[in-house]
Amino acid sequence: MAADPVRLDATTVLDQGWDVDPRVSIRPESFGALLYHFGTRRLSFLKDRRLLDVVQRLPQSATAREACLAVGLSEAELATYGRSLATLVATDMLVARRPSVPGPGDPA
Amino acid sequence: MTTTALPLVEHFALGLDAPICLTWELTYACNLACSHCLSSSGRRDPRELSTDECKAVIDELQRMQVFYVNIGGGEPTVRSDFWELLDYATSHDVGVKFSTNGIKIDAEAARRIAANSYVDVQISIDGATADVNDSVRGEGSFDTAVRALQHLADVGVSPKLSVVCTRYNIPQLDQFKAIADRFGAQLRLTRLRPSGRGADVWDDLHPTQAQQRELYDWLVRNGEGVLTGDSFFHLAAYGESLPGLNLCGAGRVVCLIDPVGDVYACPFAIHDQFLAGNVRSEGGFDRVWRESELFLELREPQSGGTCKSCDQYDACRGGCMAAKFFTGLPLDGPDPECVKGYGEMALSKVTPGAAPKPSLDHSHKGGVRGGPVPLTLTIRRPDKACDENPLTGVQL
Repeated sequence: MAADPVRLDATTVLDQGWDVDPRVSIRPESFGALLYHFGTRRLSFLKDRRLLDVVQRLPQSATAREACLAVGLSEAELATYGRSLATLVATDMLVARRPSVPGPGDPA
Repeated sequence: MTTTALPLVEHFALGLDAPICLTWELTYACNLACSHCLSSSGRRDPRELSTDECKAVIDELQRMQVFYVNIGGGEPTVRSDFWELLDYATSHDVGVKFSTNGIKIDAEAARRIAANSYVDVQISIDGATADVNDSVRGEGSFDTAVRALQHLADVGVSPKLSVVCTRYNIPQLDQFKAIADRFGAQLRLTRLRPSGRGADVWDDLHPTQAQQRELYDWLVRNGEGVLTGDSFFHLAAYGESLPGLNLCGAGRVVCLIDPVGDVYACPFAIHDQFLAGNVRSEGGFDRVWRESELFLELREPQSGGTCKSCDQYDACRGGCMAAKFFTGLPLDGPDPECVKGYGEMALSKVTPGAAPKPSLDHSHKGGVRGGPVPLTLTIRRPDKACDENPLTGVQL
């Protein structure tokens, strides 16, 4: 087994934009959802339906925080969901989107 | 992660909307005649699914989002449409892991496997030396497997080396690991079940109580570096659980589709009592999975029966259904290899010859040239691929 992957903290994850890796298949189940990564052959679980809503919302959200708020999570719940998303990042289920905000060197 | 009403393991015990993965035996035809073959394979069945029927099953698995199939047999690669079906599955979002004795894995096949990133291959050997292996799998089968491993290593494919643990190969565990390392393979150890022809040889081949302990200690020592398909959950009663969910997934998270399209609760339970339906029936596999009486019953909370009062019941959950059934033990009692010894006690009360026989037998009539010659004087024969529990290694 590989060593533990580097884990980002919840805030760092919430402040970035993420996409579901195109090699990941998501299957809703009564308890949440199953995720299978065809590249790493790893199986993961989303243990509640609202987390599934968040993950499905990620592609059209600039940041993970925006996705969380868009599906109706409260500010108080963000840290918990941010940690869950960090787990998905650490297992390569989510991939960082290239920054959409122009950097200092980019043309205006 | 976040809150949930029930622990995940309980959700799995109550069944999923679709299997996570399933075992699909493509043919009963096999070039070998292993003495412990769990599906009593040898001769092709004339009723086997056609290429188009297999593709229709794959379409259905894609719709149901079954993530991958564990393809076996028989020897699946002897089907002339094997590679076509493999490509069809992986191009329809169904990953493939297949088990083979290596007979068709030449340089060309190895290149094909290397080119498809959604395919995993598993080579079966049941001895770390030719004498131990060939005594159950047949003359020359060790060399065939090693040749296949070499072809795969030559093109950079990392296969799994699949071993069914027996009384004769438990002393070779370190040697198996060395072979796996030599070919860049991952070692996978699974449990011998008294299924198919395995019932004929189980008394002679299954590990002794002392060997079970030896195996358990070895597995604990080697951790997640060695796969087990979650097949040794009955050993959890020794103490620490082995990696995996330690749950029988039959009809709940996995099942078997056999070569003629019959759907069984698990690959080790080819018997009418565990037959849920057929993929050719109206509604196809999806309806069998969702509505078969058998599967719905398996998803009911289990009582634990006579094991319920045992202090280790939560660890082993009574063990393997198929192992009990084919040794003539009641399903709500101990596993025949119960580490507390309750299985042996129960076995001593079973009338010899009273255990149920498999419903099907496709064994070669009169055996095959160079067929297995047992190391002891009693009659025996062995394995072939096992199911792969998708939950192995999962952290909950």
